Amino acid sequence: MPARASRTGWIFAALWAALVALTIGSLLFGRYSVPLQSWWGILSDPDSTGLPGIVLMQVRLPRVLAALLIGGALSVSGAAFQGLFRNPMASPDILGAYAGAGFGASLGILLGFSIVGIQLLGLVGGLAAMLLVWTLGSTATRMGGDPTLTLILVGIIMREAGMALIRLTEYVADPHGKLAAITFWLVGGLAAVTPHDLQFAAIPILVGVIPLLLLRWRLNVLSFGEEEAKALGVNPWRIRIVIIVCSALISAAVVSIAGMIMWVGLVIPHLARMVVGANHKALLPASFLIGSIYLLLVDDCARGLFALEVPLGILTSLVGVPFFLYLVFRTRMARA
Amino acid sequence: MNLSVEHVTAGYGSKPVIFDISMALASGEVLCLLGANGSGKTTLFKAILGLLKPSAGRICVDGEDIAHWSRQRLAKTLGYVPQAHTPPFAFRVLDVVLMARSVHTGVFSSPGKRDIVIAEEALERLSIARLAGELYTELSGGERQLVLIARALAQQAQMLVLDEPTSNLDFGNQMRVLRHVNELAQSGLGLLMTTHFPDFAFRCASQVALMKQGRILALDRPEVTLTQASLEAAYETPLRIAEAGLGMRVVVPKLN
Repeated sequence: MPARASRTGWIFAALWAALVALTIGSLLFGRYSVPLQSWWGILSDPDSTGLPGIVLMQVRLPRVLAALLIGGALSVSGAAFQGLFRNPMASPDILGAYAGAGFGASLGILLGFSIVGIQLLGLVGGLAAMLLVWTLGSTATRMGGDPTLTLILVGIIMREAGMALIRLTEYVADPHGKLAAITFWLVGGLAAVTPHDLQFAAIPILVGVIPLLLLRWRLNVLSFGEEEAKALGVNPWRIRIVIIVCSALISAAVVSIAGMIMWVGLVIPHLARMVVGANHKALLPASFLIGSIYLLLVDDCARGLFALEVPLGILTSLVGVPFFLYLVFRTRMARA
Repeated sequence: MNLSVEHVTAGYGSKPVIFDISMALASGEVLCLLGANGSGKTTLFKAILGLLKPSAGRICVDGEDIAHWSRQRLAKTLGYVPQAHTPPFAFRVLDVVLMARSVHTGVFSSPGKRDIVIAEEALERLSIARLAGELYTELSGGERQLVLIARALAQQAQMLVLDEPTSNLDFGNQMRVLRHVNELAQSGLGLLMTTHFPDFAFRCASQVALMKQGRILALDRPEVTLTQASLEAAYETPLRIAEAGLGMRVVVPKLN
């Protein structure tokens, strides 16, 4: 298929170009002007303490990098989840992994832990939620439920349980200090991301994303179901465990610095599938790039739409829900 | 190569579904498995493919028990052709066939140029090379079944296990699949297949096993196994066996 291979190549070139342009644009964008001409001076003198340097290096760059990484990572783990569960409606946020991670993280904030401690508790919460969804979902399916629907229902139940526990931590939090911190963080946003936060979140995010990208061909085999994967010589359990642990790691790291950013992991893989097709070999990298572009765009809107910043998590939900509805109706139409 | 099933009993939980099954298949042969719904054909397949552990007996390849073989080794020996299905994602046909190459590539790598050549050759062998760029989900049932056979060929297994490869196909496609089954056997592969049509066993089988309630009623050449008495016992419906000329036998069911 040389024609198709080169078409995919062009799509990736276009996505990279869009991402680079948007990154530069986002760094330029803001009420305080840091023109492109001044960048070289700022970059070549990292100790510069002038306001332009602080705005670019301490405020905008961490925020833009965080949007890139988080948008990409959430989308990759969403695409991996959809392949793993053979379910186009699956993603870590829908299946309660964020809520689990969110509960762990809010508990961490409540207990006054450092960012590493918050992430670790988030990881434990995310893993626990996923393992519960997995076990309950497969038990219910064995008892005769529709696999797609059962999984989503169990996920929604798990998410509600997680959200209830998060509200419990809010309820017991000190209203003059930690309550505001938890509430503000829960809404989801990148306004408060510092270079220090970014450093501590980037490592677990990358550690989670890289194995998923490496395993992307195996995901194809897995999406044909357990027995076929085995007959094709693939051990599904090892791959499943890697995907679940990596996704929990990503969820925990993202939730710990940016709160609950919903719908990205569900919506972006669908967009990517429309552009590059179902083969996970191209789908995962394309999901990363499109997710980065998407979250950067939405974060620019969060910064610039109104005089007061709109929380990013609210915007991703406002964009994601109608888009998801569109997807549901589109697939129904296509099948009819 | 020789696949032998030796006194295998297997089932789910503590409840056996097949009892004391023995059969053998050599390269170049087609062994047809006939039996009513629920007679244990699928369970036997699962045991042979290593998806279900026999509670008694053993399954051997060239005399070696496969119970402790790795998934990879098993996949290089036995290829599985499931019934044509609809996967949740719209993969391209070439990608579906390429999935068979996973067993020959590393965990973190994707199939390379050589694998693509092998996949294309497999499609060529089943005369469906023109479908390579199509979406698998948009093919007809017959085309999908051929793609799944091509996938098992690309796996380069020496024995193929086909689960009712002709079910859900129209008459023309059923015959196309049977013709390919015969060709593959002539090229030296061993094929084990289930079917609901005794006529197909007459057309392509070197041996036929007739199963009922988890046991083998008869196992021999088609002319010996498939008699009026044995088929009536297996399917619990009156029928007779007729000569259709050119030495071909057909099963004629009696409806009243």
